[in-house]
Amino acid sequence: MIDFEHHEMLRNLAGAVEQIAKDHMRPFTREVDEHEHSNPDQYVKTMYEVLKLSGGAMSSPVMGAKEQGEKKRRTGNVTSVVFIEKLAWGDCGMYLATPMPLLGGAAVGAAGTPEQKKQFLKRFQEGDPKWAAMAITEPGSGSDSGSIQTTAELDGDQWVINGEKIFVTAGKRAVEDSEGFVVVWATVDRKAGRAGIKPFLVDHHTPGMKVVKLEKKHGIRCSDTAAIVFDNCRIPKENLLGSADVKPTGDSTGFKGAMATFDATRPPVAASAVGVGRASLEYTQEYLDKQGVKPRYGVARNKLTAVERDLMLMEAKVKASWLLTLKAAWMSDMGEPNNLEASICKCKAGRDMVWVCQKAVELLGPEGYSRKHLVEKWMRDSKIGDIYEGTQNIQKLVVARRIFGYSRDQLA
Amino acid sequence: MFNLEPTEEQQLMVQTARELAKNEMDPKAHEADEAARTPEGFLAKSWELGIACPAIPEQYDGASMERSALTGALILEELGAGDLSMALGLLAPASVAYPVLDYGTEAQKDKYLRACTAAEFPKLTAALLEPDYDFDPTALRTVVTKDAKGYVLNGKKCRVPNGGLADTYLVYAREGSGEGFGAVSAFFVPKSTAGVTVSAKEKNLGLNALDSVELTFENVHLPPDARLGGDKGCDFERIMSYSRIALSALALGVARRAYEHSVDYAKERKTWGQPIATRQSVAFSVADMRMELDGARLLVWEAAWQLDKGNAATKESYLAKLITDEMVLKVTDEAVMIMGGHGFIRENPVERWLRDGRGFAVFEGLAMV
Repeated sequence: MIDFEHHEMLRNLAGAVEQIAKDHMRPFTREVDEHEHSNPDQYVKTMYEVLKLSGGAMSSPVMGAKEQGEKKRRTGNVTSVVFIEKLAWGDCGMYLATPMPLLGGAAVGAAGTPEQKKQFLKRFQEGDPKWAAMAITEPGSGSDSGSIQTTAELDGDQWVINGEKIFVTAGKRAVEDSEGFVVVWATVDRKAGRAGIKPFLVDHHTPGMKVVKLEKKHGIRCSDTAAIVFDNCRIPKENLLGSADVKPTGDSTGFKGAMATFDATRPPVAASAVGVGRASLEYTQEYLDKQGVKPRYGVARNKLTAVERDLMLMEAKVKASWLLTLKAAWMSDMGEPNNLEASICKCKAGRDMVWVCQKAVELLGPEGYSRKHLVEKWMRDSKIGDIYEGTQNIQKLVVARRIFGYSRDQLA
Repeated sequence: MFNLEPTEEQQLMVQTARELAKNEMDPKAHEADEAARTPEGFLAKSWELGIACPAIPEQYDGASMERSALTGALILEELGAGDLSMALGLLAPASVAYPVLDYGTEAQKDKYLRACTAAEFPKLTAALLEPDYDFDPTALRTVVTKDAKGYVLNGKKCRVPNGGLADTYLVYAREGSGEGFGAVSAFFVPKSTAGVTVSAKEKNLGLNALDSVELTFENVHLPPDARLGGDKGCDFERIMSYSRIALSALALGVARRAYEHSVDYAKERKTWGQPIATRQSVAFSVADMRMELDGARLLVWEAAWQLDKGNAATKESYLAKLITDEMVLKVTDEAVMIMGGHGFIRENPVERWLRDGRGFAVFEGLAMV
């Protein structure tokens, strides 16, 4: 039957994650924002130990039903979004600096063979903190990911990667600061369009790969957003994710596999947006409550003050975004295709949490503008949720295509 | 654990409601709206399906299904997607049955719940709304005072569904000079009582097929047993929570129907040789409808789930209705826009859904789940 309460184990684990956010993230949240690209060592070390202990519960949180092939109800995706929401509530930039498979792992999970998943992901159960990243965007290619120009050429038993990637989350941490990896989308045949695009796993410190820049950002400043150049970077042939047999043209499996990654990562991204929104909502509620402003639920609407109404809309939007996110994750756990719902939750959470966080600054009055309060930081942190992993407009396109049953060619 | 799949029993009831909507409500809605009349036989026939009030216990000849606001929400969305006028007509007796089930004295349950399981369509409805710009359920202007023989009722009610055909009204009134939810009680008022005036059928923006009326009470004397729940009274705050769920669920249905119509129309209608669904402005508008509808639905479900757990849910139901009322207006308005000039013509249903949909922001007090 329909039930909105999580099972006890998840509730307990979520409580533990929340405690980590309170103890290891919030005390440093202003500091990591003021000192962009500093390292939240305490958080990193603590989280890595927790993740190792959890035996990979968060390592591949975004695997689809077909990979696991179980009939029994799974819980990994719902678990994942619950955890991520709490961590982002702590500090979204720090969450993105969590030493875990993250987007790179999601790509391996969505596109890799079972052997590759074992081979590349087991490192996250061992040793020192490490990160994984995914490199898609290029200076000339953003929403139109089918137009990427980075090439991969087969030379004997190696792929040779050439090109420039930007906006790689955890890019530096993954390939220079740890024994991580980056999954690079490259084309084996530029003329083949999407059919030529495949995901390639590039291990840390591979010669020919260099982090050339770390972006200075509006928000999520703790997260390292890297530009990486690939100059005749050679990787083993086996590092092409998916089947080892390459079909150079006419086969979009690589691209589709990579796109499938997004179905899996959209709910987690939505969850991180909700975390920031909830942080802002709660802070605003507490702040105003201390000033004597208490929303009167149940009062005739024509009697609501403007501030009450705004607070209520904030609360309702956070809740609706969260429930839509849970729904999309739950569908994954149930083995149901969730392309539509994944984009719905990402679109709505991205957009509405920005509204919530922007409104919070306003509701605190002139003080909302001051760095004495975190609402201005959360407003800056929230904006990226509306942009990355597919902008709001791209999400709307995906939603609309699904609703109408249209292909990319019918609705551009 | 977290789960969004309805039970098989719920799915069965949803299916029944959906078929009623598809076969008896949606096809007849336009004519009913134009003629300002409920289709002949609809109320009696649809009441027999048993989906309007399935939780009446066996001792009153009811189906004795589990009392569940969530089940009600699932059913009411389907009915709202059929036609709002017909849905409200069908559900009006439920807005009495549920408060009686929850708070009635034995005598009241025996009388009114049996009326809801008898062969005839129950002539019962509830009256809360008042004709004031600053209408406030916690500061009602319909007031009841005590006298030696019982109660004296004075006030006005409006937008009372099935008010013409009803023979008994469950009237919400403020007791004396009290304030807040706690000061509100409900009273059974037979239409035939001296001092009760029933207006002619109202002419409204929408809901033309619904038999809605204004009621005036001038020194209406009521016996002591007219008070719902007798001395214990009722929990009006909780009744309001159920009402918000019920109305929001109907609104989800109206919005969903308008959304579905927009999807179909946008794929058919062409401009410059291409379906308008291929234009980003239209596509984004429809995508937005879907997102807002899906989000609102989960808020309604979660609030209903809270009620079913026994929690107060004032906040949850209030927020759900706040969002849903705005959503249904936005969606129905957009549905008109997508049809362009044709959306303005009464032969097409979208303008009716806009007229119907606008009402939700001002409707309260019908605890139909």
